[in-house]
Amino acid sequence: MGNEPKIFTKTYKWVGTRPVRPDGVDKVMGRAAFGADYQLPGMLFGAVVRSPHAHARIKSIDTSAALKLPGVHAAVTAADFPDLPSEVSAGGEAPVNFRHVSLNVIARDKVLYEGHAVAAVAATSPGLAAEAAALVTVDYEVLPHVIDVLEAMQPDAPVLHDDLYTSGVDPRPTTASNVAARTGFTLGDTAQGFAAAEVIVEREFKTEAVHQGYIEPHAAVATYAADGMATIWCTSQGQFMVREFTAKLLGMDISAIRVIPSEIGGGFGGKTTVYIEPLAVALAKKSGRPVKLVMSRVEVFKATGPTSGAWIKVKVGAKRDGKLTAGEMVLKYQAGAFPGSPATLGGMTGFAPYDIENASAECWDVVSNRPKCAAYRAPGAPMAAFGVESVLDELAQKLGMCPLELRMKNAAKAGTRALYGPKFLDIGYAETLTAAQVHPHWSMPLGPHQGRGIASGFWFNVGGPSSAAIHINEDGTAEVVTGNPDIGGSRASMALMAAEVLGIDYAKVKPMIGDTGQIAYSFLTGGSRVTFATGKAVCEAADATIAELKKRAAKLWKIDGQHVEWRDGQAWSTLDDGTDRAPLPLAKIAANASKTGGPISGAVSINAAGAGPGFGTHICDVEVDPETGGVTVLRYTAIQDVGRAIHPAYVEGQLQGGAAQGIGWALNEEYVYDAKGRLQNASVLDYRMPVASDLPMIDTVLVEVPNPGHPFGVRGVGEVPIVPPLAAVANAVSRATGVRIDALPISPPRLLKKLVDAGKV
Amino acid sequence: MAKHHVSMTVNGEPVEFLCETQQTLLDVLRDELELTGTKEGCGTGDCGACSVMLDGRLVCSCLVLGVETEGRHIETIEGVAQGSELHPIQQQLLEDAALQCGICTPGIVVAAKALLEQNLNPTETEVRYWLAGNLCRCTGYDKIVRSVMNAAAKMREEA
Ligand code: FES
Ligand code: FES
Repeated sequence: MGNEPKIFTKTYKWVGTRPVRPDGVDKVMGRAAFGADYQLPGMLFGAVVRSPHAHARIKSIDTSAALKLPGVHAAVTAADFPDLPSEVSAGGEAPVNFRHVSLNVIARDKVLYEGHAVAAVAATSPGLAAEAAALVTVDYEVLPHVIDVLEAMQPDAPVLHDDLYTSGVDPRPTTASNVAARTGFTLGDTAQGFAAAEVIVEREFKTEAVHQGYIEPHAAVATYAADGMATIWCTSQGQFMVREFTAKLLGMDISAIRVIPSEIGGGFGGKTTVYIEPLAVALAKKSGRPVKLVMSRVEVFKATGPTSGAWIKVKVGAKRDGKLTAGEMVLKYQAGAFPGSPATLGGMTGFAPYDIENASAECWDVVSNRPKCAAYRAPGAPMAAFGVESVLDELAQKLGMCPLELRMKNAAKAGTRALYGPKFLDIGYAETLTAAQVHPHWSMPLGPHQGRGIASGFWFNVGGPSSAAIHINEDGTAEVVTGNPDIGGSRASMALMAAEVLGIDYAKVKPMIGDTGQIAYSFLTGGSRVTFATGKAVCEAADATIAELKKRAAKLWKIDGQHVEWRDGQAWSTLDDGTDRAPLPLAKIAANASKTGGPISGAVSINAAGAGPGFGTHICDVEVDPETGGVTVLRYTAIQDVGRAIHPAYVEGQLQGGAAQGIGWALNEEYVYDAKGRLQNASVLDYRMPVASDLPMIDTVLVEVPNPGHPFGVRGVGEVPIVPPLAAVANAVSRATGVRIDALPISPPRLLKKLVDAGKV
Repeated sequence: MAKHHVSMTVNGEPVEFLCETQQTLLDVLRDELELTGTKEGCGTGDCGACSVMLDGRLVCSCLVLGVETEGRHIETIEGVAQGSELHPIQQQLLEDAALQCGICTPGIVVAAKALLEQNLNPTETEVRYWLAGNLCRCTGYDKIVRSVMNAAAKMREEA
């Protein structure tokens, strides 16, 4: 490694430029159709009846009074859905148990959290639907509940599922509990590593459940025709996921459902599963009319996925020179009402930036009476990183070492074996540290009550199944069809890559997102995979299109195809037979397509391998008001190895948005429950996400260490930026106050109490 | 329950509609008048996605009842561009890549336009406080704030 970040030197005509996004005009004019913007003739409006209790047995549900109301056309309960067996299949961002998905969409015997759906009704207006929902009577037997993760693990805790036995422990337990699973990873010998250590730091941490906070609530319109065919218009991170999950939950064939994706108003992982879509189809089936279901913000908070609150213990050992000798972490993550917290992912990612010979992670997945957690940007990683990066900061203080140097000394590089198994290939973690060191932010002077924190983070980034089709139009323009909802500018990236490979103008490429009937399967938009995997599919579809274009040029020239080359959007003859052949531009070949074999297109479906891991390093400056405990973020810089930025402005946007979400997680956001297990802050006023006046400008540095697994070197970028901020902010506050922050959020009353307890004010 | 008959103007055009007492201006715009450019993020006045102008004042349309708009003048995102010519703020947001998912964008456009109509030279702090009622979960606000200031600068040049 040199002292300067590696700069990606190859330049392209389109890749790396910042044109206006193709879907932009519709979005600034209010013309883009999001989930709630669809209307159909004769459409009914649905409303969902939800549990007021955190934990209760459903003794009976009576929908008769609701159905008697004129204008109410249907009511559904779990009795209208097949009782699915417990089976795990791959899907979403993690393995999926469809029995749990089904029971989460509509409760069968028990409600497991406040807000759990128990019935749904459809009526001619939203007001009438709400009235009908209020007339559904549910007889509950209220059961004791448990909210806290450590309490839920106690042997005398109320048990949510009487068929849940902890997996991954030996011997297998004989009684059901809330502990769904234990997983773990070991590298080397931690006992030896700690024995060799000269300094050891160990600390426990706690974080609260936080919501993805997308501004667009879940929304769907469904029709069900007499021939058993359903169509769903909805907002999601994957139309193919909605189709598969809905088919599964309703016992339908996948081919009987068509899902038309709307624009998506944010997801961050929270729209990688279904909630209302199967209910809308069931109501449409019963009523014979189109049904629209839109969640209120309260429903979004109470019934859709937050990510886990966590209990974390991290211990690291090091030599006096800062070389880490061992690291150990224990993670206990809330899964919510059904198993499936991202604890394992926390265990895999926490130590990943570091070359530690002896390391281990022990991960516990624990259910409690909270909404089932859903993926949230780098699921599981931010909490683990909060623990690890805080402990490293403390270690640096103990060693009297610069925290950046400590990280540099232990940075994972090509060839480092990660705790979770693989050896890294080309990675750019150390380069992000170097970039931090030379950034002016790192050496700016600090005033009283101010502190500077630094923290790093890792995310795998994923590939997986993606499809793309390119159609060359008669005039030489091109349509690029993919199957991934555009959540933050991906249409622009697809168009840039297609333009680059085909050699035509960006403005001549029209990217589109197909519904489930218009393009072959693509795994959902998540895991930072779209620009990498679907982008790779687009590049390969462009290659296939070029192969066809070359054949057509050969036909026009009446020469053998092997004598044709493609360069700068034109076919060139390489045949040296004395005839002068002017290059054939794409438009000319397209205009003659009917003479050479018909329409020209290229389509591929791939399983993209070679995703490049991403690393980031963030610097945060805060000022603490010792009188109120209020924390102001003064400066923030996010540095990340992005492989290659296809549209740098949208890549910067990912870094800035992730950092802002992480700052909210660190400072203010949390799920607050009362003694009865009811959520106390289910509104965006009381669940305090950062607003414009809470934040400074967020500077970004894009380090480009190309990923050899992608034609342009792309690494996923969306997840990494939410990993470092929790610790970057906490470390800054720790250094500003002299009190180590071990619990989030660092809200004013909590921080003030900590300062008072420590005798600092 | 009898519906109420209401007349108002939207983007300069007179409209009439029937609405239920509890329907908000946002409901009326979206469900009765099919103007879905105005978005609902919360329904409680806390996110700004539903921002519209009511008789020249910036309001959350989810906090206004449909029946309250009798005789009033409403301007929505659909009326911001002149035909197919974008307002400078819309154009600038595009050029600065200041939207990701775009759900907050209509509200931001309406709110930022209201700011620049009364202050064409806002400081960063003024922009941040003015837009504090418009939640954006995607961008971290950096590019939005810069873009509003860039649009202001361009509009000052043209003025
Ligand atoms: S929908 Fe009106 S402020 Fe959120
Ligand atoms: S761009 Fe998604 S909420 Fe603002």
